[in-house]
Amino acid sequence: MPANPFNNHTEYGIGIGLRVPHYRHILEKKPVVDWFEIISENFMVDGGRPLEILDKILEQYRVVQHGVSMYFGSADKPDREHLKRLKTLTRRTQTPWLSDHLCWGSVDGRYTHDLLPMPYTFAVARHTAAKIREVRDFLEIPICVENVSSYTEFHQSEMTEWEFLSEVVEKADCGILLDVNNIYVSSKNHSFDPYDYVTGVPHHRVGQVHIAGHTKYKKYILDTHDHPVLDPVWKLYERAIRLCGHTATLLEWDDRIPTFDEVHNEALKATKFLGETSGKSAAARAPEAVAA
Amino acid sequence: MAKRPVKAPRRARPKLSPPRIGSVRELRQFQRVMAEALFRPLTAGDGLQPTWSDGRTTRSVVEEFVKPNDRLTAMERVEIYARSYWFRVLDCLYDDYPGVHSIIGVKCFMKLTTAFLAECPSESFTLRNLGSRLPQFITDNPAFTAPRTALAVDMAWFEWAQVVAFDGMALPPITEDEILDAGPALKVALQPYLGIMQCSYPVDEFALALKKRDSALRGESSNAVSALKGKRAGARPRLPRREAICVAVHRQQNMLFFKRLEPEVYAILTALRAGRTLSAACVAALRNANPAIDWAARVREWFQAWQSLGWLCRRPARGRS
Repeated sequence: MPANPFNNHTEYGIGIGLRVPHYRHILEKKPVVDWFEIISENFMVDGGRPLEILDKILEQYRVVQHGVSMYFGSADKPDREHLKRLKTLTRRTQTPWLSDHLCWGSVDGRYTHDLLPMPYTFAVARHTAAKIREVRDFLEIPICVENVSSYTEFHQSEMTEWEFLSEVVEKADCGILLDVNNIYVSSKNHSFDPYDYVTGVPHHRVGQVHIAGHTKYKKYILDTHDHPVLDPVWKLYERAIRLCGHTATLLEWDDRIPTFDEVHNEALKATKFLGETSGKSAAARAPEAVAA
Repeated sequence: MAKRPVKAPRRARPKLSPPRIGSVRELRQFQRVMAEALFRPLTAGDGLQPTWSDGRTTRSVVEEFVKPNDRLTAMERVEIYARSYWFRVLDCLYDDYPGVHSIIGVKCFMKLTTAFLAECPSESFTLRNLGSRLPQFITDNPAFTAPRTALAVDMAWFEWAQVVAFDGMALPPITEDEILDAGPALKVALQPYLGIMQCSYPVDEFALALKKRDSALRGESSNAVSALKGKRAGARPRLPRREAICVAVHRQQNMLFFKRLEPEVYAILTALRAGRTLSAACVAALRNANPAIDWAARVREWFQAWQSLGWLCRRPARGRS
């Protein structure tokens, strides 16, 4: 059972991120792509070319929205103007689910435009889950929260990141966008076993998976999205798919973007792993999934 | 172009990160401290400033909430985020204001934008709005752009107008029937995406020269490197001489265009944007105009042109308060 309530019972396959350098190719060549993920903020505008492009894409393709600025973990309340714009866009795209990050990035109305890690405490989990519920109730579509890559840990944390993620999604009753590249990057930066992470999250809540490339530096790894997916990440992805089942998968490539075909071919490598696990997911066997 | 005060409200600087985070209040306090670490400009070596705003060492402040690991100190871990923040926002302004950095040079532009962001951090969820207050900041802080402040101010407003024209709201254009029905008492609005400006320099020509240079660079970069030797394709166009102009920044079929306006046209459009009727706008704009000219005929021509460009729309209904 690949579909679940958190991806609105859809059965999407392998998608890629919609990026400006590929617009012309997509609109002229109309390549066969299962779905595109758009960055919501790029289209939360009042008019002009961005919406014209989006409408042309929507005529041909399925689109899922992915946000970068909801900041579920910020102490600030959700911005109503932001929510209204986002809801307008969801009506336009008919996105079956919406994802954003488990992070914070603004305080007192000032924005860092970054995905900052959170202190993993029970109180923060409660606050974050309440915000996710509020946003979901306003938007009236399922929400999946994505684990971010991180470079710091905080003294105040009371649990591991995957325990925190599980705590939040259970309290919010929302889905997970499991980014296996981010898990790998953080595991190297914080010296934990990435397989413990993949094993430790509630698999029946995983509505989507992200894969991407990263860059190794001498003392840390940076989540750069400017390379093909590296072998250790493919191995982690294989494990994740075995545990979660056939899950909508998206390749992120945001910098030094090569040709459309190169990006798409890299994403399609996931077919090998998705094909092996079709219909045999741990999620499908989970009692919660049966109940849902 | 509407101008507003640029000063961000002063906020109390956070002092300490709480030792535990068991409430939203404590979460906010933690986030204020972390944000303060990011928002403070980097040192020349792209690191965190060594001294915190209250005189303590930044190291001691950061070590209160960030763990070191076996490869990085707490300071080094936060510096990864601080560099990411500053490189991202400075890059964004560099992309949005190519004319301004061509006028004052990259080094001065970095000083200007660093000071701007330290004073006016982003207050919007989208980077699209990051530079909205830069034109007014340049006006209020002329030292960063001296001796080319007047040109830099004109260019900054002109470049912000392009951001608005690119993806600003378009309302349904007014129809000919609506115009005929209303007569001279017609109240129209200008499209929200349309920018109309009065400048002391021909910034439109300078912007086009910059675009031409950049496209020449892009074209040549695809040829053999040897072919570039001895050419000056990368030279900045000559800075414009002072010349009063009026110009519109607009879009047609979602492509950006600049259009020079006669002073009388600028005056009428400005009056329409301020809410006057067409007849009142014309009377105000043409009060001291040359009586030998058939202004009625000219206004008809202008009006037809604005209509064909889709610049005129029905005034949005005001909501009840």
